[in-house]
Amino acid sequence: MALLEIKGLRANVGEKEILKGIDLSVEPGEVHAIMGPNGSGKSTLSHVLTGRDGYTVTGGSALFEGKDLLALSPEDRARAGVFLAFQYPVEILGVTNKYFLKAAYNSVRKAHGQPELSAGEFLKYVKEKAKLVEMDPALLNRAVNAGFSGGEKKRNEILQLAVLAPKLALLDETDSGLDIDALKIVAAGINALRSPERSFVLVTHYQRLLDYIVPDFVHVLSGGRIVKSGGKELALQLEKEGYAEWTGEKVAA
Amino acid sequence: MAKSSDTLNDLTSGDYKYGFVSDIAADQLPRGLNEDIVRLISKKKNEPAFMLDWRLKAFRHWLTMKEPSWPNVHYPPINYQDIIYYSAPKPKKTLTSMDEVDPEVRKTFEKLGIPLEEQKLLAGVAVDAVLDSVSVATTFKKTLSEAGVTFCSFSEAVQEHPELIEQYLGSVVPYSDNFFATLNSAVFSDGSFAYIPKGVRCPMELSTYFRINAANTGQFERTLIVADEGAYVSYLEGCTAPMRDENQLHAAVVELVALGDAQIKYSTIQNWYPGDKDGKGGIYNFVTKRGKCKGARSKISWTQVETGSAITWKYPSCILQGDDSVGEFYSVALANHYQQADTGTKMIHIGKNTKSTIVSKGISAGHGQNTYRGQVKILKSATGARNYSQCDSLLMGDLCGAHTFPYLEVGNTTSQVEHEATTSKIGEDQLFYCRQRGLSAEDAVGLIVNGFCKDVFNELPIEFAVEAHKLLSISLEGSVG
Repeated sequence: MALLEIKGLRANVGEKEILKGIDLSVEPGEVHAIMGPNGSGKSTLSHVLTGRDGYTVTGGSALFEGKDLLALSPEDRARAGVFLAFQYPVEILGVTNKYFLKAAYNSVRKAHGQPELSAGEFLKYVKEKAKLVEMDPALLNRAVNAGFSGGEKKRNEILQLAVLAPKLALLDETDSGLDIDALKIVAAGINALRSPERSFVLVTHYQRLLDYIVPDFVHVLSGGRIVKSGGKELALQLEKEGYAEWTGEKVAA
Repeated sequence: MAKSSDTLNDLTSGDYKYGFVSDIAADQLPRGLNEDIVRLISKKKNEPAFMLDWRLKAFRHWLTMKEPSWPNVHYPPINYQDIIYYSAPKPKKTLTSMDEVDPEVRKTFEKLGIPLEEQKLLAGVAVDAVLDSVSVATTFKKTLSEAGVTFCSFSEAVQEHPELIEQYLGSVVPYSDNFFATLNSAVFSDGSFAYIPKGVRCPMELSTYFRINAANTGQFERTLIVADEGAYVSYLEGCTAPMRDENQLHAAVVELVALGDAQIKYSTIQNWYPGDKDGKGGIYNFVTKRGKCKGARSKISWTQVETGSAITWKYPSCILQGDDSVGEFYSVALANHYQQADTGTKMIHIGKNTKSTIVSKGISAGHGQNTYRGQVKILKSATGARNYSQCDSLLMGDLCGAHTFPYLEVGNTTSQVEHEATTSKIGEDQLFYCRQRGLSAEDAVGLIVNGFCKDVFNELPIEFAVEAHKLLSISLEGSVG
């Protein structure tokens, strides 16, 4: 059984149809890249899958481990093992990163009938994870994303991914706004978290990220549909030829 | 998008869990207010002549005053002749030990989580419990008196320490101060009194728990705390009331006096019944709180968490008279449903090098209206005075409001005044971010709001901080979507 099975998914923002029938199947351990020009529906797809308000699903289905993902609340999707690394991580003043992560991790544990970790136990756990994704533990004591640089915010997303250890990680434009050094660190973090039990869906505009995280499959999203799927070589082809061939538009990659 | 504001709505419509009524027989005076009522109250309390004189002066002055209309709150006119000004649990006899407290009264406080038996109390907190118009019990008296600290009901203090009362009553909030304080001066029936002698650090937290029970009554209590030279005291105040459809008036006065090098830390968790989600019922909380830093290097800190009441009107203030004295005000005020809060502080700098800090956090949800009103006045004499003010507002939903009215008056050129203000909204973005990490919407709001209030909660004594944390989450239950 696929970990994630999307069939004919359609979704609107207001009256406007953005997703016009998406089909996608992700097996455990696979890394899929979804590429496409601006406005093709990439971010909408990750938001619809995680249950953000403001979108109406008008057709199709998305099953996660065989269960109807779209029927769950955002927190229940998260607890089931769906993680979204945000394109624009949000600041929460007055709440330390450590406290936030502990609350999140314990709520996931609780949902799985596992005992919550004490502050001491969690600290030990989170420090190991910070090391894995090469993040400065000092960031744990700062308010969530407050005053973080763009690179720090993205690394913080990867740290959260490491801590929450989801089955499926959706990465929404994780490479945007990163210089090449920051990109390498973020990619190394993600690679360190790859495992046969964890699948990734990378949503990206540029091929650049895929130099560091090599996907198993590449899909081109255009006009709310997946118009082409292939292996990693498809990304290189896109890089060379642009999206125009599949979108019929003159948009450079 | 509509769906998200629904979640906000659900999250801010939690239930008030202190809304029960106890069946306690009461000794009440008839409704209404006139000179005879004032005399009767004084007589019931067996007060010395100076007290009656003071009450009568206040009452006569009150008759010439008009209810203030400047606060940013709206309510139908109050009929002052329709209020019962004195209500005491019966039988009222002099208590010689805790065992004599009426079992119903005792049960009421137990239900509120305030057991009156000393062995059950949190170690280190002495409680004076005030029900309607009178103090029903004061705990840990013995321990305190060994340290030389006087902590008792106001009525008792009038009997036992008339010289202290005569010296300090009205010395910070005079009987003519304002409409509600003047009314209080005429009819107040009880409250708490504490005196910490020279050089004594009060060995435990002092606390007063105020409870309104009887219907149609007003609660008018008065608290007076005097910290003599070099003394230190931390004082906590908590309040609850039953859920009733009619509004009830609470007009209290708190006076603090800090002599040279003395410190008073006064913390309030105000959770009077706020009214229901349609704005029906609730307490009108019109309170005058003021402290005087009389001596050099004295310090007064006010910390308040205001989550209850239909209307809150209070400005805990500091008169910084002594040189190098310090005034602080830390406040969290929540206005949910149809609650209205107009609250803030006044810092009056008189002495040299006086310092004040104001941190105000206003949270508005539902149709709540939250106003910060603060005055910083630096007199010519206050050379080198400094003030720092920070006023932050947090909005949940789009039907509530936040308003800020800072008044700054600086009378000399050697002073420094800083004011910062921010307004933010609990956005869908923040909420979704937290939920995507596995937190429920309720927990997410609690987390965000508590983060917003952190600077204030850090100032609370630890037991109170935990309580405040919980209270805020409960008060906002059902407010997010």
